[in-house]
Amino acid sequence: MAIFLDEHSKVVVAGMTGAEGRKHTARMLAAGTNVVGGINPRKAGQEILLSGRSLPVFGDTAEAVAATGADVSVLFVPPPGVKDAVIDAVDAGVGMAVVITEGVPVHDAAAFWAHAKESPTRVIGPNCPGVISPGRSNAGIIPDGITKPGRIGLVSKSGTLTYQLMHELREHGFSTCVGIGGDPIIGTTHIDVVEAFEKDPETEVIVLIGEIGGDAEERAAEYIRARVSKPVVGYIAGFTAPPGKTMGHAGAIVSGTGGTAEAKKKALETAGIQVGRTPSETAAIVRETLVR
Amino acid sequence: MDLFEHEARDLFERHGVPVPRGKVATTPGSARAIAVELGGSVVVKAQVKTGGRGKAGGVKVVHSPDDAEQAAEDILGMDIKGHRVHKVLVTEASAIAEEYYLSFLLDRAARAFLAMASAEGGMDIEAVAATKPGALARIPVDPLTGVDTALAGRIIEAARLPAAAADAIVALWTVFAEEDATLVEVNPLVLTTDGTVVAVDGKVTLDANAAFRQPSHAGFVDSPDEDPLERRARESGLNYVKLDGDIGVIGNGAGLVMSTLDVVAAAAAEAGARGPANFLDIGGGASAEIMAAGLGVILGDEQVRSVFVNVFGGITACDAVADGIVRALALLGDRAAKPLVVRLDGNNVAEGRRILVEAAHPLVTLVDTMDDAAGAAAKLAAAEPEA
Repeated sequence: MAIFLDEHSKVVVAGMTGAEGRKHTARMLAAGTNVVGGINPRKAGQEILLSGRSLPVFGDTAEAVAATGADVSVLFVPPPGVKDAVIDAVDAGVGMAVVITEGVPVHDAAAFWAHAKESPTRVIGPNCPGVISPGRSNAGIIPDGITKPGRIGLVSKSGTLTYQLMHELREHGFSTCVGIGGDPIIGTTHIDVVEAFEKDPETEVIVLIGEIGGDAEERAAEYIRARVSKPVVGYIAGFTAPPGKTMGHAGAIVSGTGGTAEAKKKALETAGIQVGRTPSETAAIVRETLVR
Repeated sequence: MDLFEHEARDLFERHGVPVPRGKVATTPGSARAIAVELGGSVVVKAQVKTGGRGKAGGVKVVHSPDDAEQAAEDILGMDIKGHRVHKVLVTEASAIAEEYYLSFLLDRAARAFLAMASAEGGMDIEAVAATKPGALARIPVDPLTGVDTALAGRIIEAARLPAAAADAIVALWTVFAEEDATLVEVNPLVLTTDGTVVAVDGKVTLDANAAFRQPSHAGFVDSPDEDPLERRARESGLNYVKLDGDIGVIGNGAGLVMSTLDVVAAAAAEAGARGPANFLDIGGGASAEIMAAGLGVILGDEQVRSVFVNVFGGITACDAVADGIVRALALLGDRAAKPLVVRLDGNNVAEGRRILVEAAHPLVTLVDTMDDAAGAAAKLAAAEPEA
């Protein structure tokens, strides 16, 4: 199975005609993703040749859905256009909108989430690397080829830590890896992903990567304690982050006494979740858990 | 980005929030002139981006231009929690009847906004929340509808604020929404003896991601308190935070760099080094120029005794990173005088390692794993003589 994304997913790319969109669409195609077209209102009707395939450009998501049956939209739209582009994807009823764009104003993220929350569309991101189900499909910018299909499910706020753990556990493989992004307001949380992994028969172990800021990890710990039967292994980054400083991700900030790595680690451990001190120790715990 | 109180005050005024009359002074003489212009009693307030300035003696109520001048003399140059006072805000003193608290902020858990309000104003609101949680009302705000007169009425009712506060509450919401703020806090929101409501102090945090549609925010960036290395990094477009240790860190991706700091801190404790000297995320495209700019900032930190470059090539190819390191060292020449430990993994790693081995730069050590590389950088820092 895998979650959110598999070989049947039909992916449309908003912002496919830009430099980033082209580069990553070509990479998605190379990873076996079924990309069915792109969206750009100013280039509707054109065809774009990528990796030997001619991809149609549509004026909006509804048009793309009608013509191709697309059910996933990956967005590389520049920040000023993201809010409208997500609302367009939600209104077209795609199953999932993956917002790769970094630098989206938080008022826009709050607005598109408010618009999407009662809809059937799952929004991932913004400022995230996307979703990969290795060997099946890749919606976003997570590098294909680090690892293979397997039984580990991974959810992370951080792109490079996702890659690091995929690399450390490459011999074991992954069902799905979901980069949810490090912004203060994101469409899909640790809890949403853990819930999906719990239901996925192919996922045996769940890796949860968090970082300073907010209390999403604490809430996930409580959710896991109450509702998750599968083993979960945690990792938290940012123990050495000073309070009041934003550490790269817009949401990665310790405010006063809130959002510290220590509090998150403690919450996870209190919920019975083993937490690695380093990425490599985290990988070692996952390996032991798989063997057991 | 946090604003100074006087900047917040100006934004409030622009959006129709009642504020005390006042101006900024950078010298005691100009504070005196402002006091003469305002007439009557005035408040002289240190402008620093930190709390607790009242307790530190950074706020004085005075009753004559002479005393305003003296207060400014005392306050300017003061050090409040590591923040040097370069300017004071001189305002008319409000005739306070009651003090309230009001803020609009992000609610990350609800993925929406939140209004917080209390009749216990003028105090540390975290203390109110901790000791009298019932006294702090929390009212969710829907991002699509915002705060209108009706919702302002509900906030007033929930927190037992005066009915006269409604217009100020709606105007403060306008500041929050139209200025792309992530925090607007007024403490105290004052009811004066003549029944008007005035925002006597203000704290505003703006969303840097909205800079593209907020051209006026560019004027807020200047901060004389900024660490010189942080300023230099910002001017080069680098994502850098100065820390206190002796091991410089460069990596790609915010999560991996935070993780690297943690691993370095542990290795430093073991080796007798001090710990990470900085956070520096060079992002996806690690060109020679970016690498040189990053190394330049880190090597400009006198505390740094070794540098750890930790890159996982996702989209970035390791050969490009290795090439960047080699060319950055060439660009820096004699300025690159500290040992560098490099760990590369991921996309095209074999070629990246080959480039570094072939370059055989005397300062560069290549280590295979993140843990071992952190250990090597910590040992080098501990062995290196203090600058």
